[in-house]
Amino acid sequence: MLTILILVPLVGALAIPFLPAASAKSIAIGTAAGTLGLAVAVAVLFETDEGMQMTEQVDWIGAFGVHYAVGVDGLGLLMVLLTAVIVPVVLVAGWHEGDEAPRSYYAWVLAMEALSLAVFLATDVFLFYVVFEATLIPAYFLIGGFGREGRSAAAVKFLMFQLAGGLVLLASVIGLYVVSAEQGRASYLLSDLEQLDISTEAGRWLFLGFFIAFAIKAPLFPVHTWLADTAEKATPGTSVLLVCVLDKIGTFGMLRFCLGLFPEASQWATPVVVTLALISIVYGALLAIAQDDLLRLIGLTSLSHFGFITLGIFVFSTQGGSGAILYMVNHGIGTAALFLVAGYIIRRRGTALISEMGGLEKATPILAGLLLVAGLATLGLPGLSPFISEFLVLLAAFDYAWWVGAVAVLGIVLAAIYVLWMYQRVMTGPTPPTVEDTPDALPREILAVAPLMVALVAFGFFPQPLLDISNPYTEDLLSHVGVQDDPPTVSRLGAHVFDQEGGE
Amino acid sequence: MSDVDFVKPTIEYAELSPLLIVFGVAALGVVVEAFVARERRHVVQVSLAFVGVLAALAATVLVGLDLADVGPGQGLVGAEGSVVVDGPTVYLWGLVLVFALGGVALFAERRLEAGVSVFAGQAAALPGTEAERRSSGLAHTEVYPLVMFAVAGMMLFPAAGDLLTMFVALEVLSLPLYLLCGLARRRRLLSQEAALKYFLLGAFSSGFFLYGVALVYGYAGSMDLDVIHSAVLNRTDDRTLLLLGIAMLSVGLLFKVGAVPFHAWTPDVYQGAPTAVTAFMSAATKVAAFGAILRLYYVGFGANRWDWQPMLWVVAIITMLVGAVLAVVQSDVKRMLAYSSVAHTGFILTGVLGLQATGALGEGEVTSLQAVLFYLTTYGFATVGAFALVTLVRDANGEATASAKWAGLGRRSPLVAGVFALFLLSMAGIPLTAGFVGKWAVFTVAMSAGAWPVVLVAIASSIIAIFFYIKFVRLMFFVDAEGDVAEVSVPSPLTSVTIGVCALVTIGLGLVPGPVLDLVAHAGDFIR
Repeated sequence: MLTILILVPLVGALAIPFLPAASAKSIAIGTAAGTLGLAVAVAVLFETDEGMQMTEQVDWIGAFGVHYAVGVDGLGLLMVLLTAVIVPVVLVAGWHEGDEAPRSYYAWVLAMEALSLAVFLATDVFLFYVVFEATLIPAYFLIGGFGREGRSAAAVKFLMFQLAGGLVLLASVIGLYVVSAEQGRASYLLSDLEQLDISTEAGRWLFLGFFIAFAIKAPLFPVHTWLADTAEKATPGTSVLLVCVLDKIGTFGMLRFCLGLFPEASQWATPVVVTLALISIVYGALLAIAQDDLLRLIGLTSLSHFGFITLGIFVFSTQGGSGAILYMVNHGIGTAALFLVAGYIIRRRGTALISEMGGLEKATPILAGLLLVAGLATLGLPGLSPFISEFLVLLAAFDYAWWVGAVAVLGIVLAAIYVLWMYQRVMTGPTPPTVEDTPDALPREILAVAPLMVALVAFGFFPQPLLDISNPYTEDLLSHVGVQDDPPTVSRLGAHVFDQEGGE
Repeated sequence: MSDVDFVKPTIEYAELSPLLIVFGVAALGVVVEAFVARERRHVVQVSLAFVGVLAALAATVLVGLDLADVGPGQGLVGAEGSVVVDGPTVYLWGLVLVFALGGVALFAERRLEAGVSVFAGQAAALPGTEAERRSSGLAHTEVYPLVMFAVAGMMLFPAAGDLLTMFVALEVLSLPLYLLCGLARRRRLLSQEAALKYFLLGAFSSGFFLYGVALVYGYAGSMDLDVIHSAVLNRTDDRTLLLLGIAMLSVGLLFKVGAVPFHAWTPDVYQGAPTAVTAFMSAATKVAAFGAILRLYYVGFGANRWDWQPMLWVVAIITMLVGAVLAVVQSDVKRMLAYSSVAHTGFILTGVLGLQATGALGEGEVTSLQAVLFYLTTYGFATVGAFALVTLVRDANGEATASAKWAGLGRRSPLVAGVFALFLLSMAGIPLTAGFVGKWAVFTVAMSAGAWPVVLVAIASSIIAIFFYIKFVRLMFFVDAEGDVAEVSVPSPLTSVTIGVCALVTIGLGLVPGPVLDLVAHAGDFIR
């Protein structure tokens, strides 16, 4: 089942280069829709309380103790769904992004989807590492081949940062093998590695390798500098795939590998990680406020958001963990919407500079509305889904230490500034004559972002399905880490948030 | 009458057959050169070389299959102790022969130069002279016997059971290579300069090797690796001679693999030699020389590895760093690949220094020998493929090796650029290519042996190396062509099949390395 889920987009990616260029787009969208169907089927079959399931396992490289092993748990399921939803949305929204070289564009997008799904499903560390690194190749060609002037330099910068992180991770992956081989037969299966008795010192070193790689991926201050360049130069669609899907691997990896394999080291590193997360939240927001390039701005808001997610993960409580997982989903949806709508606007205006925009509201009311909803979601307006996750993370942060919560709240205030000020400069003001004829959103464009908008509102009022999936996962993880907390029980927690919203 | 009876040496013909076949074919090639009519020589020589290599390959497989039966510990010490046929030997023979097959195919390519081979008519004919004009229409077929002699030397080198045989093999493999390097038809001076440089420095390093042999003989009283081993193990007196000897031997061997600080010849020779020769030489010489290094260090000096491991630490570290850093600033494809091969030498040395006592390894853990053999396989195929591709990218003056001319190649010839990118990505060690598995293996054994500082440097230099590989990929795919650029010529099946096989192996070993890893594991250990 899971293997088929990975294979469908992969086969599509391999087939497209050999088929006529004219058919590439329809085949790609068809494949992505088929993948979404399979992902939904997986979600339907998924049992909330059974941990890792639908596992498949085949020996791959016997000499290294490597298996092809996949399985899905709560966290993996949410990420798989997010990926499967976002790819078709991106393909429909960015209808013309691949027109220069349709075959390579659609083949790389599907390849990236297949490899990302494999990343979220892998239950063998070696397999995870292989697909984790392999996602960079499609990403590199998508950034370098499509987008604005200067993209090839941005692609190289992106790849250098990611591969540097990847090689640091390689050192840790190798270290795991050595530890595992010393204690009997070497194996890379997650379930075997969790049983390992890793000495405190070794665990801390290995943790460091994993964490650095994931911090670059996520990204976290101070290894975030590739993010803004890449978001600026790549097409909005590529940026969505990068920020909303690929970057999730960073925080996904922190949860699954840093906490899962090195519980002691994770707690040991908490003060530093929390500090970095706080800096990311505030610094990312400040940077975003200062940007004049729409795509750069949106890219940097993600730095702030990833700060929140990391904070949620490393305060070690059910609220924080669940909030962080929810945040990963919501950020994916909200930021994707924002990027895509910004892409629509840039396509019409021929520039991404905010200072050269203004007064679009009258000419394009629908676009204005879409931008506003996506923006408000990003700043965490109650009633839209990001609010809930932000709220959970903040609760957990205050629980951890009052000053951590206080600094994090600052991020929300700054978010209001960067979103609303951006909206004001892009949309409001006097309408210059050159802008009057700007066409409003096409039905295709509205259709593409509609699922995202619906999800933002629906999960804003009714987050329970997401919490039902993420809470058991978080509890399992925290009990593995050895942390106890007794806040309100999970179902009541979700309901509590829901009630509060209803009141507003 | 003397009391000493003459003892007839026993030669294990069956086990040594691959070696004998290659030597025989090489000698036969010389005879062909003398007696076959000039017009027919090319066809005869090429077929002879192909048949010879294939027959040797078949013999190697047979020897490999029977290995378990021929003696204790999977192998035998043959030819009165001078040749050791064991698992690693057979594997290395196979590898050298496979690369030789690719080499012969590339040598025989004539379509790219409009029906002429890439080799000079007469090595002595100066460019532009009457002699050059007179010889230019002739078939130049000496290269095939030469390459066969080189292959024979390369097969004997890692199989040598004593230092003297090792030295003879070293010379047998080197002399033909010096000649081959100087035979380029185009860019004659560059080629001849390369040959001279290679020869002078090579002869110098052979001198070191020979001196090392003498010193070690002085210490151990024998040239047999076996006897040297027991001397190292049992004697406790002054070791000055031994240590000096190891150092001198290392100079000779490290020169052959192009390790820093003995790497200076690599870029010039790789650039100047005909590209077909570079392709063969860079892969096969490295295989043979690392085979010899492994045998010498593991069998001869395995007992005092604490003496040589620190030296290899230093050499590996500076080799990786120098190779990677200098490759970044190259503006010629062949020079870039040459420096990248220096960096790879460092990575392989990282595997070599991962030697541990058998007891220190976990059950089924990858050994240093397995890792190095596997890395040599992956690196060899990527290198042969990459250099073979370089022969296709041409402009009016023949091969266009200046990087600038490759700009935008990905738009003009996506297939060729894509395959070249694949080889570069494999050398960079990106997952799903063979290079990644190789890198993983050598880093693992080094880490397991406690050489984590070397592994950290290896990772740092991998990052630097990735930068120049990616820069080149970017040049091919994302940079717009300006002015005079290179185009891809259509080769004969000889070259395209070679490239195709290399590309398939590079992907195949990335996806399913298991069978080859099992093969190297099955090859077992060196025997004494």
